[in-house]
Amino acid sequence: MPDPASRRSGPIRVLLAKPGLDGHDRGIRLVLRALRDAGMEVIYTGLRATPGSIVRAALAEDVEAIGLSSLSGAHQQHFTAVREQLEAEGADDILLFGGGIIPQNDAEELRAAGFTFLYPPGTPLDRIVGDLRAHLRPESEEGG
Amino acid sequence: MTSADRPPSPPRPERWLRDVHAPAVARSPERRESFETSSGIPLAPLYAHEAEGAGPGEFPFTRGLHPSMYRSRLWTMRQYAGYSSPAETNERFRFLLEKGQTGLSVAFDLPTQIGYDSDSPEALGEVGRVGVPISTLDDLDTLLDGIPLDRVSISMTINSTAPVLLAFLVALARRRGVDPRVLRGTVQNDILKEFIARGTQRFPVEPSVRLAVDVIEYAAQELPSFYPISISGYHIREAGSTAVEEVAFTLADGIAYLEACRSRGLDLVQVGRRLSFFFNAHNHFFEEVAKFRAARRLWATICRERFGIEDDKATQLRFHTQTGGSTLTAQEPANNVVRVTVQALAAVLGGTQSLHTNSSDEALSLPSQEAAQVALRTQQILARESGVTEVADPLGGSPYVEALTDAVEEGARALLSEIDTRGGTVAAIADGFIRRRIESSAFKAQIAIDSGEATPVGVSEDAEIPEAPFRVDPAVERERRDAMARFRAERDETVVTAARGEIARVAASGENVLPALIAAVESRVTLGEIAETLALEFGEYRDDA
Repeated sequence: MPDPASRRSGPIRVLLAKPGLDGHDRGIRLVLRALRDAGMEVIYTGLRATPGSIVRAALAEDVEAIGLSSLSGAHQQHFTAVREQLEAEGADDILLFGGGIIPQNDAEELRAAGFTFLYPPGTPLDRIVGDLRAHLRPESEEGG
Repeated sequence: MTSADRPPSPPRPERWLRDVHAPAVARSPERRESFETSSGIPLAPLYAHEAEGAGPGEFPFTRGLHPSMYRSRLWTMRQYAGYSSPAETNERFRFLLEKGQTGLSVAFDLPTQIGYDSDSPEALGEVGRVGVPISTLDDLDTLLDGIPLDRVSISMTINSTAPVLLAFLVALARRRGVDPRVLRGTVQNDILKEFIARGTQRFPVEPSVRLAVDVIEYAAQELPSFYPISISGYHIREAGSTAVEEVAFTLADGIAYLEACRSRGLDLVQVGRRLSFFFNAHNHFFEEVAKFRAARRLWATICRERFGIEDDKATQLRFHTQTGGSTLTAQEPANNVVRVTVQALAAVLGGTQSLHTNSSDEALSLPSQEAAQVALRTQQILARESGVTEVADPLGGSPYVEALTDAVEEGARALLSEIDTRGGTVAAIADGFIRRRIESSAFKAQIAIDSGEATPVGVSEDAEIPEAPFRVDPAVERERRDAMARFRAERDETVVTAARGEIARVAASGENVLPALIAAVESRVTLGEIAETLALEFGEYRDDA
């Protein structure tokens, strides 16, 4: 949980990104729409983002959360690389979540590496919205 | 029951039997002398309400492409496979052929699909994950070791780098002393749907289409038994489109390719005879059957009306089908066998020419060998045990199925008109129309699932998801790097540089790139190097989201 003093108010700002070569963007585009419909401010990188470009965008856009998507089996490589890059930039207070076809063992490793939420295909969109709100605007009913 | 009480027997389609069916069977006999049910009821090759009307094998092919359909020849059973390394995938291919599969279908990893060698930085973490890595001619040789290129047809799901993989295949045939003219198979080579739904495009859209036409033109001249494009709705559907949108956007892509071929000055009869298509078989059984019938009729009509193609064979929509990957559930994966069976049955009743049935564990990972075998067996059971192969278009004439067929065609026509008013397919891709439509349908489908209205059977909020049955060994990536280092060390760099120079020249000149690519791969230029050379000329695609 972020330190209450650092909690923000106003709309939640989120970066969504597709790292690596995977072209499956049905899921991330659904999440993009659901988060925007819920009043959040969402930036999406598009396909083939690199860890460097993702972290640069996250810092430039001053986001509170980064969501990564991978359905090509390369999640471990790319998710971990983003995490390391964030640490190197001293921005490891940004909430990390991910989605895709992530086998259980990998999911445990990624959770240990700081991915707070991992969503398999078919996750109800409301749950993702609810998780982000509960985590980033816990005091507010309609945290945006 | 007296004979007066019996319902009238359907009229015999005499003209069709005499003029269409009989000559076809004389050329290519049916699998049996006669077909009958378990009760000894004889089965006619076709049932129809009226003695007249277009039957199977007749324009516009609503009832099927061939007069005797599966009574003569079953569909090709073609399971998509590829992972880890060329050698491991070769083992899976041999396993599938041994179990009675009748054609090969190669899944490539993402670096190969986008044009990066296994040892490039862009390939990190991706090598061998979703398919087999092929960076060199030697890799393809290993992949197809022991597989007779003159007898087994080889389908390759490859788009941006289709010209390179085709060059590898032609060069491999030459290396093995096989005349490339006898090669049978398909390259997907449908770059427009990559921009719409699949996402492996490497170059901007215009040079991408030019490369696709290069492949079509080269095959028309040099590879008479090869299908140089498979215009694909599968991925459009997986991205969330409806059945109607799947038909419309696939045929819109088909129209764009035919227009590009016409501008190149190619003979559209020759091109039309070598086009193939690829559709999804999704859940709504009757709509799916109707979709295939409607797509056939609509495409044949478009070929005749828009392009003036008079040769009926060149207006035929021949297609491969794959069952719907996105309909599979990770929870209770055994249930997927049933979903796949129903979807595969729709494809067969819709008259598919070849079929891939998904494995039950594919929502979790690439398929295990056991699940891959059940998937193939599912097709064999439909083909040999269910009896659905014994009459052409068995659902044709059902008021329900005919009404759905009309409605799918009408819906697709309306979307095609909308695309025309936007200036055509490429314009409708560029202005976001096609993607917005698909996304909006995907969103509606997700809302229906989230609301509980369309929740799949056996799926519940917090149920266990089983562990992935198949994992790619991470050592593969290192082994591939080592193999590439050896490959590069053993070649003559001056020859490589010259071959790359020739590719750059040809790319800039607008000549067909295939001859230069074939010469290059024979000089040991890699896939990544070719793609890089082309990208310097064409530019790189960037997703502006």
